[in-house]
Amino acid sequence: MNDPGAIALSAVLGVPVAAAAVLALPLGYRLGARLNTLAALLTFLAAVALIGARPAPGPYLQVDDFSLYLVVLTTFVGFTTAVFSASYIDHELDVGNLTPVYVRFYHAMYQVLIFAMALALTANNIGLMWVAIEVATLTTVLMVGIYRTHEAIEAAWKYFILGSVGIALALFGTILVYFAAQPTVGEGTDAMAWTTLVARAGDFDPAVLNLAFVFLLLGYGTKVGLAPLHAWLPDAHAEGPTPISAVLSGLLLNVALYAVLRFKMLLAANGEAFAPGPLMVTMGLSSLLFAAFMLYRRRDIKRFFAYSSIEHMGIIAFAFGMGGPLANFAGLLHMTMHSLTKSAIFFAVGHIAQVKGTQKIADIGGLTASHPLLGWGLVLGVVAIAGMPPLGIFMSEFLVVSSTFAREPLLALPLVAGLLVGVGALVLRVQALAFGAPRGGMAPTRASYAPLFAHLGLVAVAGLYLPAPLVAWFRHVAGLLG
Amino acid sequence: MHGLLFDLAHLLAGMMLVISFMLLYQRAMFGVLNTFALHAMVLAAAVACQALLQDAPHLYITAGIAFAFKGLFIPLALHRIVQRLEIHRSVETVIGVGPTMLAGVGLVALAVLVVLPVTARSAPLAAEDLAFALSVILLGLLMMITRRNAVTQVVGFMSLENGLILAAAGVKGMPLVVEISVAFSVLIAFIVFGVFLFRIRERFDTLDVHYLENFRGERR
Amino acid sequence: MSADLAVQAAQMALVLLLAPALTGLVRKTKARLTRRRGAPVVQPYRDLLRLLRKEAVLAANASWLFRVTPYLVFAAVWVAAALVPTFAIGLLLGPAADVIAIVALLGSARFFLALAGLDVGTSFGGIGSSREMMIASLAEPAMLMIVFTLSLLAGTTSLASIADFILGHDVGLRVSLGLALAGLVMVALAENARIPVDNPATHLELTMVHEAMVLEYSGRHLALIEAAAAVKLLLYLSLLACLFVPWGMAGPGAGAAAYALGLAGYVGKLAVGGVLLALVETGIAKMRVFRVSEFLGGALLLGLLGTLLLFVSRSF
Repeated sequence: MNDPGAIALSAVLGVPVAAAAVLALPLGYRLGARLNTLAALLTFLAAVALIGARPAPGPYLQVDDFSLYLVVLTTFVGFTTAVFSASYIDHELDVGNLTPVYVRFYHAMYQVLIFAMALALTANNIGLMWVAIEVATLTTVLMVGIYRTHEAIEAAWKYFILGSVGIALALFGTILVYFAAQPTVGEGTDAMAWTTLVARAGDFDPAVLNLAFVFLLLGYGTKVGLAPLHAWLPDAHAEGPTPISAVLSGLLLNVALYAVLRFKMLLAANGEAFAPGPLMVTMGLSSLLFAAFMLYRRRDIKRFFAYSSIEHMGIIAFAFGMGGPLANFAGLLHMTMHSLTKSAIFFAVGHIAQVKGTQKIADIGGLTASHPLLGWGLVLGVVAIAGMPPLGIFMSEFLVVSSTFAREPLLALPLVAGLLVGVGALVLRVQALAFGAPRGGMAPTRASYAPLFAHLGLVAVAGLYLPAPLVAWFRHVAGLLG
Repeated sequence: MHGLLFDLAHLLAGMMLVISFMLLYQRAMFGVLNTFALHAMVLAAAVACQALLQDAPHLYITAGIAFAFKGLFIPLALHRIVQRLEIHRSVETVIGVGPTMLAGVGLVALAVLVVLPVTARSAPLAAEDLAFALSVILLGLLMMITRRNAVTQVVGFMSLENGLILAAAGVKGMPLVVEISVAFSVLIAFIVFGVFLFRIRERFDTLDVHYLENFRGERR
Repeated sequence: MSADLAVQAAQMALVLLLAPALTGLVRKTKARLTRRRGAPVVQPYRDLLRLLRKEAVLAANASWLFRVTPYLVFAAVWVAAALVPTFAIGLLLGPAADVIAIVALLGSARFFLALAGLDVGTSFGGIGSSREMMIASLAEPAMLMIVFTLSLLAGTTSLASIADFILGHDVGLRVSLGLALAGLVMVALAENARIPVDNPATHLELTMVHEAMVLEYSGRHLALIEAAAAVKLLLYLSLLACLFVPWGMAGPGAGAAAYALGLAGYVGKLAVGGVLLALVETGIAKMRVFRVSEFLGGALLLGLLGTLLLFVSRSF
């Protein structure tokens, strides 16, 4: 175990598990929150160490460019969300929404979630990836229901039912992939190792691969929140604690899409299998249009931004469905930018909801007057997510649109229409929220502004300048994606 | 002997399909739970047959988990929960039993028609086993959709899992079957026993999900 | 030729002679299972003889149909039972032993019995007939689907050929056969008016189905109808034995030793079947009448599934 890469990987996976075990003990809230943040920081540092030293691919775990960039992103957002969560939960404890026992449970589950996502991203064995995503689903279901109100339980139950159906279909797809691989590769773990599968995919039966991909798209697609499989998403975002909404939107959706893309790469390696592009393009476009129109009718602030997540995952799925180096690059960039921006927005929204004591948009107003930092943070976040230049999302959306214009001009029309409709809704709401006469609670708040502005800062910088190694990295991964 | 064992495994898979239909047919809560226990036991027998056939000892563990956990422990525990929480003893359905069974037959036809042409080139009985497994999965899905009560929805989900384990065991030599079945069992254990039923019971007099829908967030 | 005729005649006599013994065995086993001594196994013979000696009393407004029906029913059921291969395949009437023909014979017997129940104009007769028809409207399609399953497998509807097929080719434990077996057992329980569909020993008219139709019969008419019911039970058990456990049956044109062996095997199968029937009847409760349609719907479903699976792929 002298291999530094192996050590780094075991740190990325081992630290959250150890932290979860420790956080389950009765430590007192402050210590627990600090430990949570510390563990998340350590995990992030270990992931950064992985950039320098990568372990050799094994039968169960492997780290390649695609998974590495996502692991770094996931652990980073996990860390900043842990910082945000500390002040958020503090307030929830004060108000009495949560008891100390539940806070211990929440911290332990949070670490298990980070572990599960990291495991899913670094898994080589497709069965192991499935197990990790299932564990991630389980922890988020438990955390969505943690407030134990009527609405929270309904949201968690809906999430459980739809999520479980999704992972069940995904498992069937995984079994079918093994079934396709087994005649050529032989039995045992080899036939489930992604590195082996993608190398030998040309020999597999294309019909079985097609059927497998359909199940996988339906199954993991439910967890990505693509319409029409999105029904759990708005409720889960609205009723769970805000750090969980941030992690769901920013990270878990990405991990599920990562799983879909892995299998898309598998399909691309087999010449006779059908091209999954049009299917993903259709689902992405319908998610985009559906969510963009639904944005106008939302009255709850967290639900509003949940639909915005559906919209953006639709754009990302569309980009990856289009395929080709430029669109894939745009998709990867958008995944990163959306992660950072959406979680930043949820950081702001979480504190806003706590300060105002309500989540209804109609009851919140004049934030820039009553809480300037939060208000302007929210405005900046919404401007970013709406795709205004010079922030990061503008860059990725521009790339998607231009590559669509170049390749399928007809598709660009609904794409741009959807984007514009979304922008309209965002501008309308942010005006009501941030400007005008202040409404709702006026008490000052001890919010943590660092994560919010750190994310927005990164997004702003990325819009203007992407460091060359990062661009090369994205290009390489875009090439891998085919 | 080998041929007979093949046929036996196949027959047990077919029996699971019939028991899935019996699950759809039940009108009493205890009938549902007992039928589900039978479903799990037949699954254990089928997986044990596959273990013998494929010479894969790890499948015996899966068969043991299916028998002990899903065949005995969970039905007994759900029995006690239904008694203690005084949950409605009759199964409330969204559409009648007859149309549900017809929909079930339609789904079986769909599953068979989808799987068989695709797997035509593989080993002879593997394709049919996969078709049976997919049928059991789809029937579990149908049960989840057409039931109003949370306990019967969970039983539907568990029968769906049983179908998945049947599929995983039927495909020759699949590794990680034990881990997958353990993962599923953990999921169910957490959801059913750790948290939800008691939380839901605290808030409502009935586990009828229909009442939960009054709080649909979409209208807010 | 005359030997074949003799063997066929022997089968016809055999079915008639064994039927009351089978009914007696079932009743005795049920009694023993419920801790009673029960009547001796030969009691049904004594009952039939006693009824034959008694006077047949007819209602004033009974029509010719009422008088003719017992003979029709008995004849139809006896012929149908004689067609089913019991101890040997390939008997003289073998080519006529088509499963659909047997279903048709039983159907016509039921038709006349239902009419006779309505004939005299009593309300209980009406109840019995309407319930019998409801059961029939579901049991017959179920029976036919089961027949289709078996015919798709064997490629013929002739009973002897199906039995031959299962004996000869390496059929193995097929799912479709299992489904057909389960369905046929359910249909047999319904057609023979056994628990869970109908209680043959009930005294309460409101719970009767078969008994209600024949409430008005007495004397030799009642003897014929009871004999017909016994033979019908024997027919269904022979059908189950012939289709699903055909081992032991003598082939066409075999010697007397093979016939003797076949006979012994057949009697054994009947005995086992009778005991199992008694176990089932003692073990479960009678269903409410409106649930019978769901029960038979289940049998129909099993037949449908079996046919569907065989339709899609012959290896099911």
